Amino acid sequence: MSNPQQLRYSKEHEWLSGAEDGVSTVGITEHAANALGDVVFVQLPEVGDTVTAGETCGELESTKSVSDLYSPVSGEVTEVNEDVVSDPALVNSAPFEGGWLFKVRVAEEPADLLSADEYTAFSAG
Amino acid sequence: MSSTESRRTALDALHRSLGATMTDFAGWDMPLRYGSERDEHNAVRTKAGLFDLSHMGEITVTGPQAAELLNFALVGNIASVGVGRARYTMICQADGGILDDLIVYRLADTEAASSQYLVVANASNAQVVLDALTERAAGFDAEVRDDRDAYALIAVQGPQAPGILASLTDADLDGLKYYAGLPGTVAGVPALIARTGYTGEDGFELFVKPEHAVELWQALTKAGEGVGLVPCGLSCRDTLRLEAGMPLYGHELSTSLTPFDAGLGRVVKFEKEGDFVGRAALREAAENANHEPPRVLVGLIAEGRRVPRAGYAVVAGGEVIGEVTSGAPSPTLGKPIAMAYVDPAHATPGTAGVGVDIRGSHEPYEVVALPFYKRQK
Repeated sequence: MSNPQQLRYSKEHEWLSGAEDGVSTVGITEHAANALGDVVFVQLPEVGDTVTAGETCGELESTKSVSDLYSPVSGEVTEVNEDVVSDPALVNSAPFEGGWLFKVRVAEEPADLLSADEYTAFSAG
Repeated sequence: MSSTESRRTALDALHRSLGATMTDFAGWDMPLRYGSERDEHNAVRTKAGLFDLSHMGEITVTGPQAAELLNFALVGNIASVGVGRARYTMICQADGGILDDLIVYRLADTEAASSQYLVVANASNAQVVLDALTERAAGFDAEVRDDRDAYALIAVQGPQAPGILASLTDADLDGLKYYAGLPGTVAGVPALIARTGYTGEDGFELFVKPEHAVELWQALTKAGEGVGLVPCGLSCRDTLRLEAGMPLYGHELSTSLTPFDAGLGRVVKFEKEGDFVGRAALREAAENANHEPPRVLVGLIAEGRRVPRAGYAVVAGGEVIGEVTSGAPSPTLGKPIAMAYVDPAHATPGTAGVGVDIRGSHEPYEVVALPFYKRQK
């Protein structure tokens, strides 16, 4: 699997897009989606919620388990992906594209986000 | 288990070459899934699936008094099982608590052994069952043999399973009934062919020598190519058995429950000859179940989409009235389902106001009779 070069990554296996007008998109990585198995339920933050880097802001349920969703950055949620709420399998089939989770107006970014190459090494270890 | 090293089945390298996600299960490194567990589940319901179940614990019981020993050691009437037939049964403690649920096959008589049974225990309980049978064999003219390493076990399950197997064997599959087993040859490999399974579908379990496992797996894969057979992991095995309302030891069954507590009192045969371990306690449990039933095992279907997990509280009117023992999203129903033990007052199908406490939020659930799924015959 290959992690897109233009994204940055958290150690909790979320990805973060570059900001457009100060708004970045968040999702989980293919590595995380594969580890979860078929995702069957996604609980996302609500538009207007404030999320904090490294803190939980939702959950992902798969056949075998439930996992917390962590925000890779701090800021205000501007949009959530309703498609993934109604069809959670998008997280598995297109984790870096149609399976994105929410958009956030970034207030603060942690210093320890990883590049694609760094994340690839991290998730292989 | 003293070793921290996981045991690997004879098919281990093959699973890895297929890209399986492996998981530790009862000390064994087993395939959890190869791709999507939902696709694997649906393949078994509509086409066919191939499983490695070599972690199951085989124990052979032979000797002139093998049947008498099993009648004493287990709660079922094993002496009444005909040659080539199988029986679902349980082994209990003296206090009636369930040590394991088992399938016992009565094998064909041979010159070497006039009376021969194959006891198949859960992987997690194989040692416990072996120890209990060995201890209970004292005074019987019978031998209890650990045959865990003597067999690999491959299952083909699903509506296409009979066709797939028929293309690889001359054995009389049409004459092989559910819960029966016969010796035969499959793809040139000697096998005990059993019509059993844990999926709610028609299918077969093939007991073979470990050195033949890869050859048999590959032959089955090839034979099933055109009809949608896929390799299947333990993840879908769990959702398949849950939909079929089949109990899993450690979830619906435990030493703190009797077969009557689990709604499976029918496996206890008081009418059989002779004493058996747990008889007195089970007699009492049977009477209690009649006039003062303990919690009842029911099915729950979610109205929402959050998945109940084992250990979650079942609630009604703000009170805890039971506990979830198994829960998963059901691919067939398209909704989360669970098995749960609940107070009898809330156990009637259709009982209103029952919910599951899912991490603090009380989600509404419908109480239903088990199973969730029954195949059309």
